[in-house]
Amino acid sequence: MGLKQNLHNFKVKNQDKKWIPAFNALFTFLYTPNETTHGGTHIKAADDLKRTMNTVIIALIPCLIFGIFNAGYQHYLALGEIEASNGFLGSTFWTLDNLIIGAWTVLPLVAVSYGVGLAVEFVFAVIKGHEVEEGYLVTGMLVPLIVPIDIPLWMLSVAVIFGVVIGKEVFGGTGMNILNPALTIRAFLFFAYPTWMSGDKVWVHGAVERAGTPDAISGETLLGAYAQNTELAGIGYWDMFWGLIPGSVGETSKFLIIIGALFLIFTKIGSWRIMLSTVIGALVMGLIFEYGVVGTGLIDESSKFYGLMSVPFWQHLIIGSILFGAVYMATDPVTASQTNKGKWIYGFLIGFISIMIRVFNPAYPEGVFLAILLMNVFAPTIDHYVVQGNVKRRLKRLKVKAA
Amino acid sequence: MSKDIRIKKGLDIKLVGEAEKTTENAIVSNFYSVQPEDFHSIIPKLVSKEGSHVKAGETLFYNKDNESMKFVSPVSGKISEVKRGERRRILAIKITADKEQTYLDHGKFNLDSDAETIKTHLLESGCWTFIKQRPYDVIAKPDSEPKGIFISGYASAPLAADLDYVLAGKEAELQAAVNVLSKLTSGDVHVSVGKSSNSPLSNLENITLHKVSGPHPSGNVGTLINKVDPVNKGETVWTINAQDLVIIGELLLTGKFNAERIVALAGSSVQKPRYFKTKIGSEVATMIYDNGVEKDGNDRIISGNVLTGKRVAPDGYLDYYSNVLTVIPEGDDYEFFGWNKPVFDKISPSRALTFSWLTPKKKYDLDTNTNGEHRAFVITGSYEEVFPLDIYPLQILKACMYKDLDEMEVLGMYEVAPEDFALTEFICVSKQPHQKIIREGLDVMLQEIG
Repeated sequence: MGLKQNLHNFKVKNQDKKWIPAFNALFTFLYTPNETTHGGTHIKAADDLKRTMNTVIIALIPCLIFGIFNAGYQHYLALGEIEASNGFLGSTFWTLDNLIIGAWTVLPLVAVSYGVGLAVEFVFAVIKGHEVEEGYLVTGMLVPLIVPIDIPLWMLSVAVIFGVVIGKEVFGGTGMNILNPALTIRAFLFFAYPTWMSGDKVWVHGAVERAGTPDAISGETLLGAYAQNTELAGIGYWDMFWGLIPGSVGETSKFLIIIGALFLIFTKIGSWRIMLSTVIGALVMGLIFEYGVVGTGLIDESSKFYGLMSVPFWQHLIIGSILFGAVYMATDPVTASQTNKGKWIYGFLIGFISIMIRVFNPAYPEGVFLAILLMNVFAPTIDHYVVQGNVKRRLKRLKVKAA
Repeated sequence: MSKDIRIKKGLDIKLVGEAEKTTENAIVSNFYSVQPEDFHSIIPKLVSKEGSHVKAGETLFYNKDNESMKFVSPVSGKISEVKRGERRRILAIKITADKEQTYLDHGKFNLDSDAETIKTHLLESGCWTFIKQRPYDVIAKPDSEPKGIFISGYASAPLAADLDYVLAGKEAELQAAVNVLSKLTSGDVHVSVGKSSNSPLSNLENITLHKVSGPHPSGNVGTLINKVDPVNKGETVWTINAQDLVIIGELLLTGKFNAERIVALAGSSVQKPRYFKTKIGSEVATMIYDNGVEKDGNDRIISGNVLTGKRVAPDGYLDYYSNVLTVIPEGDDYEFFGWNKPVFDKISPSRALTFSWLTPKKKYDLDTNTNGEHRAFVITGSYEEVFPLDIYPLQILKACMYKDLDEMEVLGMYEVAPEDFALTEFICVSKQPHQKIIREGLDVMLQEIG
């Protein structure tokens, strides 16, 4: 008994206090509650929302760990202190030095993301008198993975507060929001601090502070380079696949994202329909650009879009963050389409529009988060038309009878 | 000609404590009770006064909206108490049974009578209460003509009483009831039986037989209706529990309302799960403590199955429609890190560190813990996996919650009953009370549209 009994007594004693949701959040973190069914089914399946969210976090952890090492690796590589790693298990990648500098830069992002976000959640739970909901457990993990490594912590805090309050709580909390909170945070950063988020300096640790000095290093991403019709030296397709490239903290390793995707599909937590259809959508748009536009000579090398448009269609999947978006962002069940048929359409359009924005947006060559946010807005519309199909079938049944 | 119905979507919940196929006569209970709340949406008007004596089959109360609809006593005895609640609402009519049972004799019924005579006879004798209708899942309106009558002879719910077993030897009664009912509908009497079963129902005449297979809810009558002839706006179908056909049949053949019923006592808390012969409304205490549960055990007693049944106190009574009593342990305890550690001993539709998918044949001992807190709807796409009807479950639930009558109507509210949403409620990650939501939605429609 001991701890459990003490906590229970404490909860019963204070059950009408205003702050009890905050205590319950911690209590239910340690113990699943003693609640029993009343009315309805007398037994319940083992899964609850905490377990579901936890599964997504498990799927994200490899990306986080890789991101930490990659942060250090990109830093030292840019400084010229280490050799380029030879593949995923290369000797210069999984080193203690990389880990230290990576942890030093990435873990504060995680801490700020969770600390600020959960604080907002707790405040809202206490004000509104409902339980603290689990949605932020995943959002808080996603946020550090989709920001540039050198983002100032105050900027992140402001964005997180904005994202959680405007993106979620004003709609009524987890389950009610229209836009994906993590992407709302990302979008806020992008539009509030555009010079920061779209520069070519923020993607490698140390690039910003060295800018303008003799030690200046490049903090450019692949997409940025492609958009300017140039290429980053020394990066092969396998490096892109393994993730040994600059980029947002956790989205570079396509290999680990695919592992995470398989885990989510296996556990039946993530929607394979959305993941697959997003990839298909991206490939179709890539094909259109490669063969339909560039292939037929509509656009030649003089065009400023040529760099990204001429990319072989399949390479769109390994440059940029389309896979990360497809697996972890587009599949958010609250903001995605809710019908199975709708998920196919929703995912396809995300992939399709992502690549379109990527190619046509010279200022900031990544369209995934914009595409997902856009489709978040249209998801209810897609569902509406899918459900209308069912409704029409029902009405038709009646008409056949009447005739 | 039998037609096959095979469903793929669904979930068989296998539990410990299935009733063994031996029937005992339950120690005769002296106390019976009829609870008007078993008859949803009926407002009772009391006929028999407290202290008076009734015969088995004599009217206790009638429906305020339709005086010809009688509700009768399952036993003969003295009305010992009429329990009332707020605003003098009748909660229960308690009857102390006689040692010698006497029956009100309705006389042998001429099976060739016309529809009006049949209706009057069933209403008068109290057998009408067994006939339910959809839309709304309430006792059927006598002035309606259903486009079909649906009877499920296959119980797929967890720990349900095996209908092949409890109906065995009742062919004559079943046939009589079916013959009469078939005259009340413009369509057919549809009966479903398990594909590999040996049901006494399958040899009846005047029916359309359907062989069903697949996981639960393949045996739900709602599934049968949806697959055979879904209810459209303005149409009505009737449903009757297979076991209640026996009571109707016996009334027609002998003139007596015999409330006797074979009830399964099941569940992991029961030492010796088995079948009992008892009567509607019987006190449960006489059954559950005889080789059943521990006297001071912390158990949940359910009149009905674990998905749709009603919680009753140890001194409570068997429901008017139930043919199973389930007893499972209460789960009112905390579990350390229950939300993230691997789970082997509970059923889960996912594989999120839950391992019930490894052992599909295993029987589980589940308790009443909710395994998590109530939340808003978050997860999508999982209900569809266990919901075989051609309806969008999440959308219709939400429509019920915001009470949009037009939307409820077009999404298929006329077709459903709360029990159709038992499985989606069982697997719901957000622990939402689906059956309650649907019931309240149906009530709103019943009130507004009628």
